[in-house]
Amino acid sequence: MSAGDLLKLVGIVLIVVGFGLRLNTLLVVFVAGMVTGLVSGISWNELMALVGKLFVDNRFMTLPVVLLVPVIGILEYYGLQEHAASMIRKAAAATAGRIFLLYQVVREATSTVALHIGGHASMIRPLIVPMAEGAARLRIGRPLPKALRDKLRGHAAAAENWGNFFADDIVVAVGPVLLMKGVLDAAGHPVSVWALGLSGVPTAFAAIGIGWWRYRALDREIERAHEEGDKDADS
Amino acid sequence: MLTAEPFYQIAACVLIVIAAQIAVRREQSRRLGTAAFWLLLGISFGVGTHVPPQVVGWMVTGMIALAAAGQVVGLGKQPDRTAEREISARKLGNRLLYPTLAIPVIIVVGGVVFKFAKIGGQPLVAANQATHVALGLAALIAWGMAVRITRARPMMAFEEGGRLLQDISWAVILPQMLAALGGIFAAAGVGDVIASAVEATIPTKYPIVAVIAYCGGMTLFTVIMGNAFAAFPVITLGIGLPFIVEQHGGNAAFMAALGMLSGYCGTLVTPMAANFNLVPAILLELEDRNAVIKAQLPFALALWVFNVAVMAACVYWI
Repeated sequence: MSAGDLLKLVGIVLIVVGFGLRLNTLLVVFVAGMVTGLVSGISWNELMALVGKLFVDNRFMTLPVVLLVPVIGILEYYGLQEHAASMIRKAAAATAGRIFLLYQVVREATSTVALHIGGHASMIRPLIVPMAEGAARLRIGRPLPKALRDKLRGHAAAAENWGNFFADDIVVAVGPVLLMKGVLDAAGHPVSVWALGLSGVPTAFAAIGIGWWRYRALDREIERAHEEGDKDADS
Repeated sequence: MLTAEPFYQIAACVLIVIAAQIAVRREQSRRLGTAAFWLLLGISFGVGTHVPPQVVGWMVTGMIALAAAGQVVGLGKQPDRTAEREISARKLGNRLLYPTLAIPVIIVVGGVVFKFAKIGGQPLVAANQATHVALGLAALIAWGMAVRITRARPMMAFEEGGRLLQDISWAVILPQMLAALGGIFAAAGVGDVIASAVEATIPTKYPIVAVIAYCGGMTLFTVIMGNAFAAFPVITLGIGLPFIVEQHGGNAAFMAALGMLSGYCGTLVTPMAANFNLVPAILLELEDRNAVIKAQLPFALALWVFNVAVMAACVYWI
């Protein structure tokens, strides 16, 4: 590999360092692109034209966000999140693990159509954690030991992430699928958003299956705490 | 023939109205910078195809300068309306869901209809824009439904939509910038350099090795950067396309989707993804800042293996 070739990798180094230093993400990406272009012999004017063209070509990535926020904004003002919360509350399951599984399934199902109800601040802390801790306390008959409480809360946060990540964009593409399409189209391998979305279906189901396995492990630990508690009471 | 262009014009109008609202809002901090950012984005949507690309390039540079200088900020603390929203949620009930359910239905139906619909032998909608047109129509119809159901004032769409956009803030153009970065990397030949380095060290002549290298690269880069979106252009141009698609004839869409999902497995186990892993630990008052990552580790490993297995089994066959 020639020195000139190695120099082209400077942009990647800049991204890693810039992200590591928590600098503004947009700035890091922009500088990495510009420096890479300049060291590869592309002039500043050509780079401005390239950035402008790519930015306009990829407007479709931002279009859904801009057109959908008015709808979601109105509905949230009139209580969309609260209505979703009351639906989850009504369907409440018997154990902490099942509450998390139910939440993850609802979160995945809604994110296939680019609807993001939920979040750590808006759903997990005020709704899901109290419900799950309530169920666990009822089961073991005393306040949760701290280690178990922390483990339960760790899984509550995880349920949000799992539901959020692994069914995104399958039916209605607004985020990652559009990014993938933009990159592949620009690289000369045009793809359709449907092919990209549907390719994620097996993983969406696997995420539910693996989630079920992890939540069941948590429920079993709560069950053991219940049995140990009984033993303590006997002795 | 219908194209997505009118919807870009509508989006431009939405952005410009939001920018105007910000410009006259007294309690908005960094008022001018924030308004300028949304105005520039609106203009780039409206006239992007009608001006020389350099002009858009400079507009993008301006948006990034504003964001990097901390001049683009959100709305700040809002009055708590939880009680009000709960009353309204009880009153409207499931009707609140109708517009959100209409969106996917219209997109799916529209996507199919537009594919076949012809007027006088001409396709009704440009084939490569059918999904964008369907999405634009779905958004506008749902917008109308939402206003009808809630009897909201027309301006509320811009006030509340603007609030949501300001929550996302400058990150809203991050996907477009990452795609631009991918384009610059491609023009500069960065992918070729990575590809030749990978070829020299890893036996990519075996198709399954190419799959593992791609998924592993996506995960590793995501762990380092805390962001799968940023890893995607680099690893896809450097490993995915040259080996899986070009050398072994794999399916590009399937590869990309599973590769991105492997990247997310990296997101689950890295403290660099602070929003997803560290902030919730603080929010839930956990002493161990890595408690969320620990809960996610077995899941991430299992799902990563699943993704690699599915890609290895299918990417060369479909």
